[in-house]
Amino acid sequence: MKEKIKTILQKYNNDRGRLMDILIDLMENSGYIDDFSVSVLAEDLKISAAQVRETISFYHFFSEKPKAKFNIYLNNSITSCLRGFSSIKSTFEAESGIKFGEISSDGLIGLFETSCVGMNDQGPAAIINDKIFTNLTPYRARKLIESIKDGKTLDGLVYENYGDGNNSHPLMNSMVYNNIRKKSILLDENYERFDVIKNIIKNSSSEEVIQIIEDSNLRGRGGAGFPTGLKWKFGSRMPGEHKVIICNADEGEPGTFKDRVMLTQYNDLVFEGMVLSAFATKADMGVLYLRYEYKYMLKYLNSILDEMRENNLLGSNISGIEGFNFDIRIQLGAGAYVCGEESALIESMEGKRGEPRDKPPFPVEKGYLDLPTIVNNVETLASAVKIVKNGAKWYSSFGTKDSLGTKLLSVSGDCRFPGIYEVEWGTSIREVLEMAGADNVQAVQVGGPSGTLINVKDIDHLSKTELMKWYKPSGMMAAQKSFDRKLSYSDLPTGGSIIIFNKERDILSDVVMNFMDFFIEESCGSCSTCRNLPRIMKEKLQKIINGHGVRDDIDDLLNWGKIIKVSRCGLGQTAANPVLSSILNFRHLYEEHVMAMTDYDNQFDLGKSVSAANSFVGRKLIHKHS
Amino acid sequence: MSEEIKFKIDGKEIIAKNGQTIVEAARENGVYIPTLCNFKGVKPKGSCRICSVKVNNRFMTSCTTPASPGMEVYSNTDEISDLRKSIVELLFVSGNHFCPACEKSGNCELQALAYKYRMMVPRFPYSFKKKGVIATGPKLLKEQDRCILCQRCIKTIKDVEGRRYYAFRNRGNKLEVVMDEAMSKTISDELAKQAMDNCPVGSIIYKEIGFAEPIGTRKYDKKPIGSDIETN
Ligand SMILES: Cc1cc2nc3c(=O)[nH]c(=O)nc-3n(C[C@H](O)[C@H](O)[C@H](O)COP(=O)(O)O)c2cc1C
Ligand code: SF4
Ligand code: SF4
Ligand code: FES
Repeated sequence: MKEKIKTILQKYNNDRGRLMDILIDLMENSGYIDDFSVSVLAEDLKISAAQVRETISFYHFFSEKPKAKFNIYLNNSITSCLRGFSSIKSTFEAESGIKFGEISSDGLIGLFETSCVGMNDQGPAAIINDKIFTNLTPYRARKLIESIKDGKTLDGLVYENYGDGNNSHPLMNSMVYNNIRKKSILLDENYERFDVIKNIIKNSSSEEVIQIIEDSNLRGRGGAGFPTGLKWKFGSRMPGEHKVIICNADEGEPGTFKDRVMLTQYNDLVFEGMVLSAFATKADMGVLYLRYEYKYMLKYLNSILDEMRENNLLGSNISGIEGFNFDIRIQLGAGAYVCGEESALIESMEGKRGEPRDKPPFPVEKGYLDLPTIVNNVETLASAVKIVKNGAKWYSSFGTKDSLGTKLLSVSGDCRFPGIYEVEWGTSIREVLEMAGADNVQAVQVGGPSGTLINVKDIDHLSKTELMKWYKPSGMMAAQKSFDRKLSYSDLPTGGSIIIFNKERDILSDVVMNFMDFFIEESCGSCSTCRNLPRIMKEKLQKIINGHGVRDDIDDLLNWGKIIKVSRCGLGQTAANPVLSSILNFRHLYEEHVMAMTDYDNQFDLGKSVSAANSFVGRKLIHKHS
Repeated sequence: MSEEIKFKIDGKEIIAKNGQTIVEAARENGVYIPTLCNFKGVKPKGSCRICSVKVNNRFMTSCTTPASPGMEVYSNTDEISDLRKSIVELLFVSGNHFCPACEKSGNCELQALAYKYRMMVPRFPYSFKKKGVIATGPKLLKEQDRCILCQRCIKTIKDVEGRRYYAFRNRGNKLEVVMDEAMSKTISDELAKQAMDNCPVGSIIYKEIGFAEPIGTRKYDKKPIGSDIETN
């Protein structure tokens, strides 16, 4: 055992900065990280055992306790719940004889829940030992457990066939489908592999490339919308021998899965984008930070990188450009939504818990190993390639004045055609609903749980109380019909997650509660506000749903949602949005639940509250309170 | 590097050294901004959020933000005072802070801030958590329900080779700070006492000396927190 651990440590030069990789290898080796391994790691990496456990215990997919032979991680995101999560969960439990969170006594099966796994278009999905099982039904759940009990191998569990496109590449062998429903300038066939590296940048300067990106007005597609050209310009001007390009493929916002499809079907475009941005910013180190849930793509993606190395598209003097040296490695995450935040991602890459950093300094000044670091989303990098190939002018003929080009939408929920839609900026929600075949719609969540929940109804009638004045989701125009709002940086900016809810759905208890659970689970816990308030707000909402709320409770929620805005990173700053946004656009649902004419909870049931004590001392309640 | 810059806090002119954080500069100019997680001599990590101020109408933590020339900082407004009070309340309800029975009463910064902001009944419901006490080491015990997760012990208590005695465990609402079990057995007297002193609350307690100095005559029993800084 000790030899095994030492070999793994040597593979990473006993570098504590590579603790993530060391732990991932150990997990793969023995299924968990035992006390002995922790002590060897602590000794050889010259840190305390508590420090090793600090990293282990942060990530969802690391374990200090033995795991089962087959570990089933069932996705509990909102669309999974809309499509039968609970019946699948109970089937798994009934068939295996254990509850979620447990491992069967023979060590064969373990059942766990996990946040969104990027399969909302084909959920409910589960990850079983790194393999994705999509479109689960109680029938399939039963069959899976039966096959495991019959002694089948992991590959033997796969149902009839593999997915489309590269999903069935022998190095991927996955059941996932791409579900590309609409292609435009990013996804269309107008692309010659690696042409930009081979032929275009050779004859341009880094300044020229940056100028094209600036002229195209490309903005970050990861959600925050920072101008990409400006980021690259800062990066290129930073002094230093080494600089880092990170492609952010953590894709954790519930409801998005477009980066999954990009990496499956358009990975050449993405890697080419990384090389392009390295050329522009003079970076020499490239990292693709891939969420653990997408580990099934790892071998395949590495094969593409090898192919690029063989063809001098990575390595030294790339494509014959003297002094242009750059290579890419893939860093796996281990299950933490917050690691999508760029500075948390960098901490994670350094082997630590994914705790966001204070800004300033920004990563572009001081990032990975304190080097200047440019972090970009998968889609941003891919778009940059098409822009440099076809020109900024071409790009600006798509989209609207303030939001040029196209955006990939990940559409899921109550609609007939969930999947990827590449639309021009400026497309309205109504059009998206028509494309996806959604009727009877009650609400649409734009931008995932941290985004906005919009209502089919007009919003101008909605509350204009004193307390509501401070809460302004970006660019909200009061008199607009909600579903006519447009996807754009000035009205509805989005990373592309669109989740549709029909009229049967209970917005408060199904949707908002699910989103609050997500933030409670995924906070890094560092800020006093983000660590505590989502839980407190969720309990308050539960009180309202239970019919014990009063009007003041709604005001409390609004006020508390304001406090949490002082949190360090975007996770905490938006963690109250499910509540705030639903109060803003669905206030009537809250009003229906609260007791309108009272300002205190008059449903206190004395008898019930003291019943345990009464039965203990053998006392009967004298008169019943109503 | 040591060139001087000028900026304003609540309209008062502050003279700072270039590179200084807002909190440090304020302190040297007789302006008190409350802090909990910040600790002299170690790199700040804005985690308690109590030092939040407003700059350009945006919240920033003053312990991590460098002062810059001409900056207009707002700190003592009604809005920010209430925000700070709410953070103190959050820290109270999320743990179990029963001051009359606490070894740190009177020396506790959280308690002192609760007095400063006149906390009466917290606006949030108590969580009644029971994380318990870890008292396996010979010198120190750790009261988990009093820990406000400020990271001061994590950042300051290390051995000569930089190994940390304290570390986080888990994340989010389940976050805890724990002591390394092996290292807790060999910690020196001096370092153990330092650990207790660096903890702003009564989470790290040196065994058997808790009430050597009687409650009533301790630091904040005599003078409110921040009064040594404020000049006015
Ligand atoms: C909690 C949180 C999660 C995030 N997750 C992602 C993510 O999964 N992918 C991503 O590209 N950006 C994510 N971001 C945004 C990144 O911090 C960063 O802005 C982005 O990667 C920059 O790339 P871009 O400018 O190309 O969008 C997240 C931000 C926060 C606050
Ligand atoms: S806001 Fe939340 S997730 Fe972000 S740093 Fe603070 S505690 Fe961590
Ligand atoms: S034990 Fe004390 S110093 Fe350490 S994190 Fe908790 S409150 Fe802070
Ligand atoms: S003192 Fe600044 S965040 Fe804690």
